[in-house]
Amino acid sequence: MAVKVTLPTAFTRHTDGRKQFDSTAENLSALLSDIDQTFPALATQIKDDDGKLRRFINIYVNDEDIRFLGGETYAFQDGDEIMLIPSIAGGC
Amino acid sequence: MSYSCSSTAYELKCNECGKRFGNQPLSACPDCLAPLEVTYDLDSARGVFTREAIAQGPANIWRYATLLPLPKGFQPDLPVGFTPLVRAKNLGRRIGANNLYVKNDAVCFPTLSFKDRVVSVALANAQGFGFETVGCSSTGNLANSVAAQAVRLGLKACVLVPADLEPAKILNTQVYGARLVRIDGNYDHVNRLCTLIADEYNWGFVNVNLRPYYAEGSKSVGYEIAEQLGWRLPDNVVVPMAGGSLIRKIRKAFQELIYLGLVEEKPVRFFGAQATGCSPISHAVKQGWDYIEPQKPNTIARSLAIGNPADGPAAAKMIRESGGWAEDVSDVEIVSGIQELAETEGIFTETAGGVTTAVTARLYAHGRISPDEITVSCITGNGLKTTDALTGHYQQERAVRPRLADFDAYLRELDGIEEPVLATAGGK
Repeated sequence: MAVKVTLPTAFTRHTDGRKQFDSTAENLSALLSDIDQTFPALATQIKDDDGKLRRFINIYVNDEDIRFLGGETYAFQDGDEIMLIPSIAGGC
Repeated sequence: MSYSCSSTAYELKCNECGKRFGNQPLSACPDCLAPLEVTYDLDSARGVFTREAIAQGPANIWRYATLLPLPKGFQPDLPVGFTPLVRAKNLGRRIGANNLYVKNDAVCFPTLSFKDRVVSVALANAQGFGFETVGCSSTGNLANSVAAQAVRLGLKACVLVPADLEPAKILNTQVYGARLVRIDGNYDHVNRLCTLIADEYNWGFVNVNLRPYYAEGSKSVGYEIAEQLGWRLPDNVVVPMAGGSLIRKIRKAFQELIYLGLVEEKPVRFFGAQATGCSPISHAVKQGWDYIEPQKPNTIARSLAIGNPADGPAAAKMIRESGGWAEDVSDVEIVSGIQELAETEGIFTETAGGVTTAVTARLYAHGRISPDEITVSCITGNGLKTTDALTGHYQQERAVRPRLADFDAYLRELDGIEEPVLATAGGK
């Protein structure tokens, strides 16, 4: 089982320029552990001092906010496309 | 028409980690990813940003140019903003308010919403950074304003909107010749796509990579309220919330005015208004949360239908700290709010204004705002853009023959009076 992870350009300075990578993680917490191992500098950027994902990052699974899918309890499916996006834009 | 204006020194700063980034098209801190904010050398504005200097400026937002982030050499030519602050005695009588004002951005120039303020500042910076194409994700009003102001500046515009947007808002963008892309999804989907586009294309997205500058334009609402009240602050402000930015920027404006001595310091309570069908910020305020649980929007107030508001957590925190509150109202109440404001004050607002009006009424009814306190209710858009919200509420009556007797009979019929009509006067 593998999922495809896509990063914003701003993160690629921590991944040797890679915007996408594959992971065998089965859920969000396993994905964060995977990033700890593979891209430690990226892990430092996306997690706060307590090791939690920073609140300014949104995680999408196949175009859906992971919070609508159960958040950390969501079990990744084979072929899922995971996207990390800073929550920066918005309306009035 | 042209005005000369110059800003005090400003740059981008991260509110979380405090790092500064100069001026560039960047909205999130590269280190901690928090939203960036424009910070000013306020002390250098002392003696420059004064009541007298402002009074000599043009009757539009450029009178406050000293504290807006405008690139050197920028020559604004559109009279944006400085909309009426109306004493709302009639609405006040109906809802039990003795000192209620309506800030009427339904008549903001050039596209009849408060978005004209933020877009004018954003496009000044788009030009300053050398972008040839500008864009936005929009629930409608922003699209209208970007399209209109871009064409005047000779910039290409590409705006992305949710596919189910009100037809008038789509037409009001297309008419300016902008490229409009309808996205099969809600605003949050559109917004996410724009973040990806801004990452790949060298475009100036007003509410993505130009967002810190764009958002500063909202401060002009706060400056105007204070000036129009005779350089004093209100006790309460009621503000519609979508992304949660406007309410914070009004507060920032008030704080700057206090710091520079233009108004006396006093506590101002901020009240946020949302539609129940999309109420993540009001929900957070009521629950006492410092985070937002995203929602899937389902409301006729499409201009407020942002289920995952970027500035939501900060807005919720600020509202509570000010001693204010947030409320949300149903679609039925939103329509009643539109009608109430129109019937009492002659102001036709869009659905977002219906939200604000209905929430304002509830805040008085629940005793959260006292009748004598000076309260400003912020109306941010024009009802002509969302007439579909009123479909079915007004019938097209039958046509009357052009005769006095027929007219008289018709009036009696409407009023339910069965007495004989004017049988002889102008009869058949």
